[in-house]
Amino acid sequence: MIKIENINKSFGDHDVLKNISFSFERGKTNLIIGESGSGKTTLLRILIGLHQIDSGTILYDDKKFNQLSIKEKRKLRQEIGVLFQRGALYDFMNVEENIMFPLTMFTEKSDEEKIYRVNDCLKRVNLENCNNLKISELSGGMIKRVSIARAIVMNPKYLLCDEPNSGLDPKTAIIIDNLIQEITQESNITTIVNTHDMNSVMEIGQKIAYINNGEISWTGNKEELLKSNNKQLNDFVFASELFKRLKKL
Amino acid sequence: MKYLLLHIGQYFIMIKKVFSLPEKKRIFLKQFNLELEKTGLNSLGIVTIISFFIGAVVSIQTAYNFDSPLYPKYLIGYATRESLILEFCPTMLALILAGKVGSNIASEIGSMRVTEQIDALEIMGVNSASFLILPKIIATVLFFPILIILSISIGLLGGWIGCQTSGITTADFLYGIKLDFNPFYVTYCLIKITVFAFIVSSVSSYFGYYTKGGALDVGKSSTKAVVYSSIIVLIFNFILTDLLLA
Repeated sequence: MIKIENINKSFGDHDVLKNISFSFERGKTNLIIGESGSGKTTLLRILIGLHQIDSGTILYDDKKFNQLSIKEKRKLRQEIGVLFQRGALYDFMNVEENIMFPLTMFTEKSDEEKIYRVNDCLKRVNLENCNNLKISELSGGMIKRVSIARAIVMNPKYLLCDEPNSGLDPKTAIIIDNLIQEITQESNITTIVNTHDMNSVMEIGQKIAYINNGEISWTGNKEELLKSNNKQLNDFVFASELFKRLKKL
Repeated sequence: MKYLLLHIGQYFIMIKKVFSLPEKKRIFLKQFNLELEKTGLNSLGIVTIISFFIGAVVSIQTAYNFDSPLYPKYLIGYATRESLILEFCPTMLALILAGKVGSNIASEIGSMRVTEQIDALEIMGVNSASFLILPKIIATVLFFPILIILSISIGLLGGWIGCQTSGITTADFLYGIKLDFNPFYVTYCLIKITVFAFIVSSVSSYFGYYTKGGALDVGKSSTKAVVYSSIIVLIFNFILTDLLLA
């Protein structure tokens, strides 16, 4: 479980996050939703330690993230799998080397063991026999899947995804969403997905936090979301013609 | 002034991160071999061409200026050797490599920064500065002196070819390049190029590592890397010459 308590963050005079508290549950896909510029990417970057908070507490199970030493943070980060918006795959490595990289850096496994684990992860994301492909040869959906394979290769306890299906067609987006949910439930890990895609929300939203102007203004699940009376949330959810028509049904 | 101090401070913070122990020696060696090829071996062509023509032009210009019968002909070989070892090879080569290697380093690291690859390394718990920059610095510091020895040799060959067009005999040229040879000048040249290699690789890495924005900013970082490393090379050329020869 990841718990955040009274998180505040500002850049200069601009308050990006205001007194945010939320609990991301284990075994569930926890979604942070909100409009562009609402502060959700900042929150995700805070959770993975790329931004420092002004005040508040971040708890990874019983560990206070902001009170850990650099060494302890590095150790904890090995338990966190991160899926970046654009994949962030190393373009000087091929698919196999990308996925194998965390194993080479942090484990003493033999080459055979590492290749076995890489193949296992590639199979999990339906990309068997793609080991030797260059990153430039991959499609958008394949890049996301290789990124997921790299994120899960160390058997993480936490999986953090920043807009995992941005730039993908609806069919591939659903495949990626379902893959994230399946991995979350199979491995019983804490997954946080940062998205503004309503299809994703309806597909995998088991626990949702809606951020508006740096504040959490609504929490619930995907069923409760459609029945909410929160005006800002309704404006966000029913912005598209498709969802407006759904509401009328 | 405030920005200058900020950059200097950030540069030294980065250098401190770079020179922490590599996490895995095997990975470091793999990266080091890649960098040797990229920054060193791939520069052999340009170094050979530039050194040859600099050597040829220096000898022709020297011959043109020493056309008085009072000057012995072997002075052309002597002047060519001294010019190449003391100044042309180390400084010009460092400036040219700042353009080729420096812009390559800055754009490579800058692209990795804007595509979140460096963030991905940091999140995994990898010291990204050490992983990406240390192999580049070590590779350039070790390989640039080899390039400079090659450059001097090719430059002298170019000088000899240049002499042929100016009517200087091979015997005079060879006598000149052996005359009153001071081995310390080669040491001076190697010290200079080692320092320049460090400046080019570390300053270029700095501009790449702290790139913010998108593709356009990678281009800006690359330009800044070339401009600033060239200026710092020239400043250190003056300082080292004053310290070692004055």
